[in-house]
Amino acid sequence: MSGKSLLKRLDWLTVFIYLALVSIGWVNIYSSTFTSEDVSLFDFGTLYGKQLFFIGTSVVGIVVLLALDASFYERFSSLLYIVSLVLLLGLFPFGKTIAGATSWYDLGFFNFQPSELAKVGAALGLAKYLSDIQTDIKRRKDQLYAFLVLFIPAVLIIPQPDPGSALVFFAMVFVIFREGLPLYYLGFAVLAGLVFIATLKFGTIWVTIFLALAIILFFLLKRKSFRLPVLPVVTITVIAILFSLSVNFVFKNVFEQRHRDRFSLWLRLEKDPEKLESIRKSIGYNTYQSEKAIESGGLFGKGFLEGTRTKGDFVPEQETDYIFSTIGEEWGFVGTSTVVLLFTILLLRLVYLAERQKNPFSRMYGYGVISILFVHYFINIGMVIGILPTIGIPLPFFSYGGSGLLFFTILLFIMLRLDSNRLKEGY
Amino acid sequence: MKKFLLSSIIIIIGITFIGRLSYLQIFSFSPDQVLEDPAIKAIYDYPERGYIYDRNGKLLVGNDPAYDVMVIPREVKSLDTLEFCSLLDIDIERFRKRLRRARVYSPRLPSVLVHQLSKQDYARLQEKMRRYPGFYIQKRSLRYYDTNASANVLGYISEVNERDLRKNPYYVQGELTGRTGVEKVYEDTLRGRKGIQYIQKDRFNRDIGRYKDGVLDVEPEQGKEIHITIDKELQEYGERLMHGKWGGIVAIEPSSGEILTMISGPTYKPSLLVGRKRSANYSKLHYDSISKPTFDRSISFEKSPGSPFKAINALIALQEGAITPSTSFTCYHGFYIGRNKKGCHCGGGTRRLNDGIHESCNAYFVGVYKKLFEQFESNARAMDVWEQHVRSFGLGSYLGSDLHTGRPGSVPSTQLYDKWYGKGDARWSAVTTYSNAIGQGEVNVTPIQLANMTAAIANRGFYYTPHILKKVEGKDISDPNFTKPKYTTIDKRHFEPVVQGMADVYRKGTAKYIQIPDIEIAGKTGTVENFTVIDSVRTQLTDNSVFVAFAPVDNPKIAIAVYIQNGYYGARYAGHIASLLIEKYLKGEITRKDLEKTMLSTTLESEYAKPYSGKPFKINEYNWRSNHAIKPKKDTIPSR
Repeated sequence: MSGKSLLKRLDWLTVFIYLALVSIGWVNIYSSTFTSEDVSLFDFGTLYGKQLFFIGTSVVGIVVLLALDASFYERFSSLLYIVSLVLLLGLFPFGKTIAGATSWYDLGFFNFQPSELAKVGAALGLAKYLSDIQTDIKRRKDQLYAFLVLFIPAVLIIPQPDPGSALVFFAMVFVIFREGLPLYYLGFAVLAGLVFIATLKFGTIWVTIFLALAIILFFLLKRKSFRLPVLPVVTITVIAILFSLSVNFVFKNVFEQRHRDRFSLWLRLEKDPEKLESIRKSIGYNTYQSEKAIESGGLFGKGFLEGTRTKGDFVPEQETDYIFSTIGEEWGFVGTSTVVLLFTILLLRLVYLAERQKNPFSRMYGYGVISILFVHYFINIGMVIGILPTIGIPLPFFSYGGSGLLFFTILLFIMLRLDSNRLKEGY
Repeated sequence: MKKFLLSSIIIIIGITFIGRLSYLQIFSFSPDQVLEDPAIKAIYDYPERGYIYDRNGKLLVGNDPAYDVMVIPREVKSLDTLEFCSLLDIDIERFRKRLRRARVYSPRLPSVLVHQLSKQDYARLQEKMRRYPGFYIQKRSLRYYDTNASANVLGYISEVNERDLRKNPYYVQGELTGRTGVEKVYEDTLRGRKGIQYIQKDRFNRDIGRYKDGVLDVEPEQGKEIHITIDKELQEYGERLMHGKWGGIVAIEPSSGEILTMISGPTYKPSLLVGRKRSANYSKLHYDSISKPTFDRSISFEKSPGSPFKAINALIALQEGAITPSTSFTCYHGFYIGRNKKGCHCGGGTRRLNDGIHESCNAYFVGVYKKLFEQFESNARAMDVWEQHVRSFGLGSYLGSDLHTGRPGSVPSTQLYDKWYGKGDARWSAVTTYSNAIGQGEVNVTPIQLANMTAAIANRGFYYTPHILKKVEGKDISDPNFTKPKYTTIDKRHFEPVVQGMADVYRKGTAKYIQIPDIEIAGKTGTVENFTVIDSVRTQLTDNSVFVAFAPVDNPKIAIAVYIQNGYYGARYAGHIASLLIEKYLKGEITRKDLEKTMLSTTLESEYAKPYSGKPFKINEYNWRSNHAIKPKKDTIPSR
């Protein structure tokens, strides 16, 4: 295979969006960590200097990834998956603790976060398992195994503690749906989530009334055309009501205060404005500051390096999880909506790429990539603009961090490499 | 179908994000105000407040440096409160209270902790301040007064309050602003503009350099020095003469409308309202509800004008052709209103314009007033014409001067009498309203209006709006409101007979005892009945003594109105004080030392104490022994 034809077959739209996101990200890391004393862009003592180095490393990584044969990834996916599990296990004795989370290996010049590798590993491993000729996703046993592929790394990551990363693995359940898991699983999950939120917000009584009304409506509407599935509907309703009852118990007795505070803040449960304000200033401080910073940007923003709140370091962790607030302050609505649009186009493009794969492994891996990127993007921006509770998770291609950038790049370019190979695959 | 599920979720989330972002950044967008931005701190540089000079360039108000201890509550670290309090010389409770108050005002903005340290305290503290983060010393300038007079003119400055802060975003807490008088009216001119330096802070509140390299910084702008129209010497002298007397004096230069002196009695030393004793002194003055030293009687004291108003009635009657100077009325030691006889103390006999004025004959002016009304087809019409003429002298309205306060006085109108008595000639007439003829009725004036009216007579038909500002930074003012004359509705030719009458008041009439060697004065005395309410009973008090005058008659340099509460005859207190002030202004020295001594030493305190004594009292007592003793010597008067 000649290099020229590979370049021809590469999906350049995705590459351009990738490059755009990385450069916008770097500009904002520069802005949020810039101090007037620094002179050189390549000073590796500075965060933006380091990030520039990581971008360089990623480019090298891209070249290597594209140079490897496409079948390599499918062949070694199981191995990579197992290696990532081992690395996660190794964190327990050898991990380095930063900010209370034992998530890193200290490699001297930089800290390596194996959970990032595990995301790639899990995406590959899951695709490998699901595309196996012997796997039938309609079978309960195979469903269970598929879930296990995702849950094992998640379970290893939760105690680090890094619940944000663990969430990413659950998001990959979507791949299984795409490959035939009945949708009502998703229906149950959504229903459970809704009942949970509604119970906290409105109380069990209202939820019960609402469900009862919903059933009556259901019976009225479906009377003629269908035979009534009376039993399952009633069962589900009863379970939902029981679940709703349990929510209050779990919320009051199992959750810790800080979790409760996050929910009170998110769902505006606290009615007392003074208490709400105090929660805002303590646990909601980051979100409060980032919202304020974004708000102060207005339509066109304050301009590059002109963000006073950014300069004053008012938003904590701004170069990592809260990088989006820098965009909001300095580039305004124009900047933020551009970034949202870029992500939306990227994700839609990836869906298109995944769907055109003839090789099921490539398609399943593609969906894994989409799930991972989407959940990062959704949770991170949702948190920064204050519509989701605080969950520490980086914004792909933007947030400062070597392993993050490198593995998001690997994740994406394995996908592009597989895609460039799609016409050659005969099976 | 599943393929579209994921795509649609992606699109829905994208739309949700953009919706939320547009809500944050477009709909609830609030640009960071530089002062409210937590990342930016403003450091102020206060320019010196402008000096105030009198019309001759003599200093009235200057500045003294003062030092305030400021606090920014957010930056305060734990400190040895005991030691710090002993250093500042305040007790701990007070310190805590003030700190709490400062925090309530704003944790981020500076508040004053201790006001106006002395220079010694400042020197002692300056070294040690560094050890207490969050506290610093702010230099300000305090007013220094080079005069004990003019408190009512100059006004005072004090710290801005919550209302000022809301009203004018220029100010921040602890700054000073003019409260009354010139300090208030010319606040912007005197204050200048404070310099502001914006400093970028990080979230630990450390300075990390100039904000935007100082593009938004404001250079301080010096306060401008002003000259006011007051004559310092005349003002100081007038206030000494007002010692122990209540009332107002205003003198105006007729040819320009400049206020030469503006005195309110009782008054206070301007320096009382400066420094750490300010608030105690202020309470004392403010809560003196009997003598009301902070009430500026020269511009806000509305009373009946009394006889000086007769001059206006004479002018109106001449203008409307109701009388000529030779028209005569007979005075029967009084006159009849219906069947009631009202007294007149002019001596009786046939009165024409000239002796009507100089003997201040009530009967004559009531006759003139009735005659004026007969000129018109209806009383309402007559009243309208009369009112319009009266108002053209600046009575019954705020003059539009540049003084910080004042009262409009009042001039009655058809509308008022219609309301009181009902509409139509049958309900009210000149007879009903005859009090207006002698300045005792519904006309109310302030001393400055009286002085302005006198200036209009002195100018024979026009006046300049009285004003207090003469120069800014050495340049004469050019405000057309003050430099363009305002004409009365009376023709110039009608003034001469009236002025002659007023000159005769001084030569041979009611004011003949106040003559000054070498100076020709035209004046008019007034003895004004006045009433108060004691225990809900309307009680008459001793008459108010009023005198208006201008001099010299032919080329007037000064027009003056003196209004002394309960001074009895017009010539007695008001007349003498006016003559002394005119002499002082025109000659620079006083030749009549006896009179001066009497005026400086007599007080009316006993008169003012009467209504508050709770006992019955006599009014209009003839208790001034020296009234005749100070007759001017014959040989010194040239024009007899």
